[in-house]
Amino acid sequence: MSNILDIKNWYIKSFESFESSLNGESSKPFHQIRKEAMEKFSQLNFPTTHDEDWRFTNIAPLLKYNFEPAAMAELKTQQTKNFLFENLKGNTLIFVNGFFIPKLSHVKKSNDGIIVCSLANQLKNGSPVISQHLGKYANHREQIFTALSTAFTRDGAFIYVPDNKILEEPVQILFITTTSNKNILSQPRNLYVTGTNSQVSIIERYLSLDDGVYFTNVVTEIYAGENSIINHIKLQEENLKAFHISRTEVDQEKGSNFTSYSISLGGEIARHDINARFNDEGSECNLNGLFLLTGNQLFDTHSLIDHAKPNCSSHEKYKGILDDTSHGVFNGKVIVRRDAQKTNAFQENKNIILSNGALINTKPQLEIFADDVKCSHGATIGQLDEDAMFYLKSRGIGEEKAKAILIHAFASDVVRTIKIEEVKKYLEEVLEKRFNK
Amino acid sequence: MSTEVSQIEELANKEYKYGFVSNVEAETFPKGLNEDIIRRLSAVKEEPEFMLEWRLKAYRHWLTLKEPNWANVHFDPIDYQDISYYSAPKKKPKLNSLDEADPELIKTYQKLGISLEEQKIFTGVAVDAVFDSVSVATTFKEKLSELGIIFCSMSEAIKNHPDLVKQYLGSVVPYTDNYYASLNSAVFSDGSFAYIPKGVRCPMELSTYFRINAANTGQFERTLIIADEGAYVSYLEGCTAPMRDENQLHAAVVELVALDNATVKYSTVQNWYPGDKNGKGGIYNFVTKRGMCKGVNSKISWTQVETGSAITWKYPSCLLIGDNSIGEFYSVAVTNNYQQADTGTKMIHMGKNTRSTIVSKGISAGKSNNSYRGQVKIIRKADNARNFSQCDSLLIGDKCGAHTFPYLEINNPTAQMEHEATTSKIGDDQIFYLNQRGISREDAVNLIVNGYCKEVFKELPMEFAVEAQKLLSVSLEGSVG
Repeated sequence: MSNILDIKNWYIKSFESFESSLNGESSKPFHQIRKEAMEKFSQLNFPTTHDEDWRFTNIAPLLKYNFEPAAMAELKTQQTKNFLFENLKGNTLIFVNGFFIPKLSHVKKSNDGIIVCSLANQLKNGSPVISQHLGKYANHREQIFTALSTAFTRDGAFIYVPDNKILEEPVQILFITTTSNKNILSQPRNLYVTGTNSQVSIIERYLSLDDGVYFTNVVTEIYAGENSIINHIKLQEENLKAFHISRTEVDQEKGSNFTSYSISLGGEIARHDINARFNDEGSECNLNGLFLLTGNQLFDTHSLIDHAKPNCSSHEKYKGILDDTSHGVFNGKVIVRRDAQKTNAFQENKNIILSNGALINTKPQLEIFADDVKCSHGATIGQLDEDAMFYLKSRGIGEEKAKAILIHAFASDVVRTIKIEEVKKYLEEVLEKRFNK
Repeated sequence: MSTEVSQIEELANKEYKYGFVSNVEAETFPKGLNEDIIRRLSAVKEEPEFMLEWRLKAYRHWLTLKEPNWANVHFDPIDYQDISYYSAPKKKPKLNSLDEADPELIKTYQKLGISLEEQKIFTGVAVDAVFDSVSVATTFKEKLSELGIIFCSMSEAIKNHPDLVKQYLGSVVPYTDNYYASLNSAVFSDGSFAYIPKGVRCPMELSTYFRINAANTGQFERTLIIADEGAYVSYLEGCTAPMRDENQLHAAVVELVALDNATVKYSTVQNWYPGDKNGKGGIYNFVTKRGMCKGVNSKISWTQVETGSAITWKYPSCLLIGDNSIGEFYSVAVTNNYQQADTGTKMIHMGKNTRSTIVSKGISAGKSNNSYRGQVKIIRKADNARNFSQCDSLLIGDKCGAHTFPYLEINNPTAQMEHEATTSKIGDDQIFYLNQRGISREDAVNLIVNGYCKEVFKELPMEFAVEAQKLLSVSLEGSVG
């Protein structure tokens, strides 16, 4: 136990040096929130498997390290170029160890009020969007990792699309970690805000250039204004020794539409919490996820859709493929509040276990307090369909190949609905490489 | 809308049909729980030494435990020292026939509609009636004993068949299992015991009726059913309780053991006092039920219809140890007014080719909360395990809640498991369709609800299926979603 206390104290100590490195920033109003979050952090405990939300995810390995808050690092354009989707001509934001690197990024000048920049920039300017939204949706009072993120908020991606504006090309955001022999902690903090009738697509990629141990703790807050449309794609491709803990909080206004894809490939222990809340009627939320696990990987996804208002609909589709001795966790919760009548909520979780030793824990949860609703969830765990295998084999396709085709088909159920062609193509290639050896 | 509300109110106002107290002199222990009480209890029951030791071990373990709080139910803390742990109807030595039983008792049973004579004559059901904590009459005993079937109260079994009790008691639900099971192990007063010998098919449905009577007496039943190789038994349990203002605790333990090729079918209709329309009173039903499919090709099937109790906390489970063993769970849980139910099952697949089926139907009305909580676990060695789960919820009115908490834990690539859950209400179009054909609104609701529960009812033995349907239509009269 004392060890975990040491780790906590370590972060609390780091906060002091972090504070002093903020210079003039610490006089800004947001710094009060940082301080409050740090206060909360010191009171909260790291979750153990006795906490219901972390029952199957043991983060003890994460607490063995003293991660150092990352320092700014330089990279060459050559090193990052390959990770960008070439044919997408929109804005690109590139972060190294959680810091925005303007030299590597490409932000177009915009005259229509659309802002794509770093959070640091907005914090410095004292933007009203920051004071209105930052830290408002992600709860740092109960979640220790969110408290950690809020306390150390310095940089991350910031996107603001004003009323009646459409950002046509998707924004690409790269979060690259370079470890250089140190165990570093990178904590990007993202904020995306859309106004009425606006539209934006965002692609986030998390990856590393080397194979050291590091910890990414990311919190993303998304506010979808009235009738706005947001497409959010998160590609988690950290190295296999990395720890990745992320939280996406979505707040949806009337008639808004939020679609998310969370693709998880990397990390030794990775966790993604995605929570969406309907503030008003007529909104829609689509959450999709795919995880491919090998080796000893552990991936945990927790989703919560809060139907606080009537006439909203949500669709969830999560698929997992587990190989070797990997461990997958899915927890999908749907709450339909009193008076949230005419709610439609559908949830689907399908998993394939490929090897002896892989383990899946799934817990689809419904909490319903209104009667005029249509809610369902389904979860399946199994292996490849024998009839389909037989069909393919009877047409002269070998065992291995047939298997590959079926796995591919299983995964592409999620992938093929991605609207951005480039990303779809890329993921198809990943699947091809992984299963069509 | 207003008619809807009034109908729901009408439903909420339904009086508990079975609320009455019968006047039987009861020998009751003073309130409180300590080792002396347990010693005294064991002495009153003339138990052998090993039982007392077991009880004390359980009690000492219980002291180290904390009350679980993970269930989706809320209630005031229970003062375990404010409960009397033993109450028996005035003791009459040796009953040879029903005539010797207290006429008050017989009357009580008649009010409940389970007249022993009637049952003897018409239904052929052997009834081991538990009135409060002590068995007072056992029927059809001779007929069963011809086949070598032992069917008696737990106290008798402890005295007459200590070897069987010693071997199996606590083998499925150890005294360390959980808070309420530990408590039960320490203080259980009586219950039923059945042993079906090798290759015997029990010719009739075995049944007991539990009834909580003396005020402030928590009941701690202990049931143990063992089906030896190739045996078959179907067991019915049904409950009603008189009206009370204080909450009564009921922490029973049921253990089932199925050896090679054996089948145990356990059916429950639970209709205890649910509290009045303001949520006052009612039974706390914290029960541990578990079956162990120990042998190959064995099968355990749980069927339950839960309409009563203020709080139900109950997870009839199956440990599928033997290869090719089968576990089944069929449940209808109805909650109304301020009732809270947190019920479901656990299917632990340990043997190869094991199969399990879960069908759970929840109906919530009034201001009640109804939760399904279940676990399906397929361990690494359990090749070719198969599970199908379905849990549906039906909401009547907009002040109730329905929840599902299924935990699925799969550690084997050959496993196949499916889980699905839906939530819905009775559709206006469905009612309209039936109205159109001259069926009244009330009947239409009954028809739809019965159809909704049919999958479960068809698993019940005849006598119970009729009772269950009646119960359901009574408790849902006048409610239209």
